[in-house]
Amino acid sequence: MTEEPLPAWSLSADAVERIALPEAWPGRITRDWAWGGATGAGVRVCVLDSGVETNHPDVGEVQESIAISLDGDNVIVEDHDQAGDLCGHGTACAGVIRSLAPECHLASVRVLGAGFTGSGAILLEGLRWAVEQGYDVINMSLSTTKQKFASLLHELADSAYFRRTMLVASAHNMPVESYPWRFSSVISVGSHELSDPFAYYYNPAPPVEFFARGVDVEVPWSGGGRLVCTGNSFATPHIAGVAALIISKHRELTPFQLKSVLYLTASNVGDET
Amino acid sequence: MSEDLHGAVAAGVLGTEENYRALLRSIVEVARAIFKAKASSIFLLDLPSDELVFEAVAGEGSESLVGRRFPSSTGIAGFVLVSRQPLVIEDVLADPRFSHETAESTGFVPKGLMAVPLLHEESVLGVLEVLDRPTEARFTLAEMELLGLFANQAAIALDLLQRARRAQSTLAGDGELAVLARLAARLEARGEQEDGSMEKALRLLEALENVL
Repeated sequence: MTEEPLPAWSLSADAVERIALPEAWPGRITRDWAWGGATGAGVRVCVLDSGVETNHPDVGEVQESIAISLDGDNVIVEDHDQAGDLCGHGTACAGVIRSLAPECHLASVRVLGAGFTGSGAILLEGLRWAVEQGYDVINMSLSTTKQKFASLLHELADSAYFRRTMLVASAHNMPVESYPWRFSSVISVGSHELSDPFAYYYNPAPPVEFFARGVDVEVPWSGGGRLVCTGNSFATPHIAGVAALIISKHRELTPFQLKSVLYLTASNVGDET
Repeated sequence: MSEDLHGAVAAGVLGTEENYRALLRSIVEVARAIFKAKASSIFLLDLPSDELVFEAVAGEGSESLVGRRFPSSTGIAGFVLVSRQPLVIEDVLADPRFSHETAESTGFVPKGLMAVPLLHEESVLGVLEVLDRPTEARFTLAEMELLGLFANQAAIALDLLQRARRAQSTLAGDGELAVLARLAARLEARGEQEDGSMEKALRLLEALENVL
């Protein structure tokens, strides 16, 4: 990267050299090139969920535990949330991410637990807060069906995309309109039935863009235990984990490039079949 | 306003709550049979109290659970409701805390459960759960789709039940539309008599319509 600001809105002839990308892309992108030897070290991954149980044997240390709530229109950010995981689901997602990217920095942003009423607004504010923090990856195994949140979520998803935050969101496996997974600035994830955590498929018929392991996945749960779970909720952190690995090896990648690397290394693309 | 008005008039003519409750019961019974499960339940989201309420139960736990309430955003059902994401969980017994929580909300300790949100248009109305399908069979995405189909049916039934309840409360209440509902109910009753009073009442209503 140069110290001068990069051209943003148009590309003058003398600026062409300044956007030369340092990464030499090989003729064929392999998984070894993409994340071989990577551990996720230095990558900040946010789990926007029900909280994460810290020091669960399958999760390890959770570097940040934040809770978002609302008091009227005021957003309250609790920096040292002590409530843990109010459901178990956030711990499960964090465990999947850590199983793939063991050295990533984990931030739990809890947006659940204060009741159903207002949960859509808290979800929105939680995502806004996470995007402002500039996490590299935000895992979002949640969605809302409320139309009134759609345009705001869309703006936030685009804002994340341009700030190099990759939003990875669970798709719906029912024909319903829900958000943010339907937006093209996020990576949307559905499930496949295989047991290989590194098997993922690019879907040539979006809006669901990738399929990852989501059936009979053994995951950590709150209370120190483990459960076997099925759902797109668990496929999503598999892609978030692989994304963390790729970013830890290739810090310069934008969400567009990251998505391209995921496509080029998908199990159904090129030689990986 | 117009939906309430329709509801008020409909409530005057039809006593529907029982029909829709029977439909919900039938859905959980079929879901239980199709998945060869021990039990199946439907929870309705009660917005004023922000709680989930047992609305229909088939199998273990049965009718004694109907009406029981618990918080709307904790536990598995709460998560499914808020996240809109279906979940299937097995080996529940391996986790004592989880067993305790589910036992409280199901009436017995299941080994596994499937939970799916009940979505109608842009609203989430509740949660459908199926408890203890046979675990010897590996879970498949085809079962997940089947669960989604049941959820769709249950959501439509829940929507109808809620409409019927709103209509009934309009009929029973002393709001400004209650008189319309009572009128519709009286007209319905009059229709069965042959003393000409129905005809007179209708002429009076036509005159009222002209005035309005």
